[in-house]
Amino acid sequence: MIPAPFDYVRAGSAEEAIAALAEHGDEAKLLAGGQSLLPLMKLRLATPAVLVDLGAVGDLAYAREEGDSIAIGALTRHRTLETSPFLREHAPLLAHAAHHVGDPQVRNRGTIGGSIAHGDAASDLPAAVLAMGGTLVVQGPGGRREIAARDFFLGFLETALAPDELLVEIRVPKGGGGWGFEKFTRRAQDWAIVGVAVHRGATTGVGLVNMAATPVRAVAVEEALAAGASAAEAAALAAEGMDPSADIHASPDYRRHLARVLVRRALEAAGVP
Amino acid sequence: MQVTITVNGETATHDVEPRLLLVHYLREVRRLTGTHVGCDTSNCGACTVLLDGDAVKSCTVLAVQAVGHDVATVESLARPDGTFSPVQEGFRQEHGLQCGYCTPGMLMACTALLTENPDPTDDEIREALEGNLCRCTGYQMILDAVHWAAAHPDGPSPAVPA
Repeated sequence: MIPAPFDYVRAGSAEEAIAALAEHGDEAKLLAGGQSLLPLMKLRLATPAVLVDLGAVGDLAYAREEGDSIAIGALTRHRTLETSPFLREHAPLLAHAAHHVGDPQVRNRGTIGGSIAHGDAASDLPAAVLAMGGTLVVQGPGGRREIAARDFFLGFLETALAPDELLVEIRVPKGGGGWGFEKFTRRAQDWAIVGVAVHRGATTGVGLVNMAATPVRAVAVEEALAAGASAAEAAALAAEGMDPSADIHASPDYRRHLARVLVRRALEAAGVP
Repeated sequence: MQVTITVNGETATHDVEPRLLLVHYLREVRRLTGTHVGCDTSNCGACTVLLDGDAVKSCTVLAVQAVGHDVATVESLARPDGTFSPVQEGFRQEHGLQCGYCTPGMLMACTALLTENPDPTDDEIREALEGNLCRCTGYQMILDAVHWAAAHPDGPSPAVPA
């Protein structure tokens, strides 16, 4: 399978990438690790006229402490997320979720910014960032702005990014009081049939994989926990308001069942009584 | 567009389409057909090569993304005198292949693993190979092959006929 022809632009900096986006508008797509975009292009489900390659943008791969937050550069690869001692200590849910993305080859190429900007309901990292109450820093021609992760995922592969904006940084709270991650798959390298990320901070956040058209928070579970519900009581609400899809692996009802079971397991792993 | 790419230590410049995938560049432009096209959907790992030492699936990398980086393919593993690398010899000694189709990708993924972790456990090998599918061996003999390579970091001894 061969992608449709496109014009190739190598951006040397975030500013060059944004300038290319501003010039080409909707016709352009950003290429980070390419592990989501290139398969779509090979299937001709994506046919950008211009591909803006971020591979030579050197200063967006980092992870550092900023006050109570951990700031992660958008071009940080999954392999770095899963192996970094710093992130394993200060953002363990994110490091653990990154370890479950695809397989080692995919993790050697894929980036956290690419995964989040792609906005696929089936991917693991958006659910983790949602559960952690993360913040996304995006940069456009007019400068930077911040978007709460909960406001970022708008529709099927649709995000709050404007056509001329680049996701440059992901911020998540440092540490936390416990976390859980469950991913139900048929084979090791598969996408989740259903996945769950739980993060306990000031409040408990719950992100779900493959339970709606977008990465999604289990709001009913979060509200029940805030009101004092037990893990079992809250998990029973995991499918409330969800609209999971049917495919060869699972019916919507089976996904709802998995969500309830996996949310309970993830809450218990996070230490929710 | 003009791309200058280093493969197995040799740098060459060619005019290619930006949409050319790395696996097709290696096979058709560089004529290095050891790297196989398997599923072409980044599932099977037959096309695995090393990019700056990291295992990647060359069906899901554009050739232009390799500009400025070092690519290593299965052709780079054996020594100039034809002696096998430890991983290659391990596959031979422990019968780590049957049809051989997945083998170039397996060899590269195992080579990357042993570079990072010279004495992996069974679980670590299985995890490192979760992106490489083999429909013949049932994987156990591939694990044995990696253990052989880990135990023989200098490769085949003179007592083993090449």
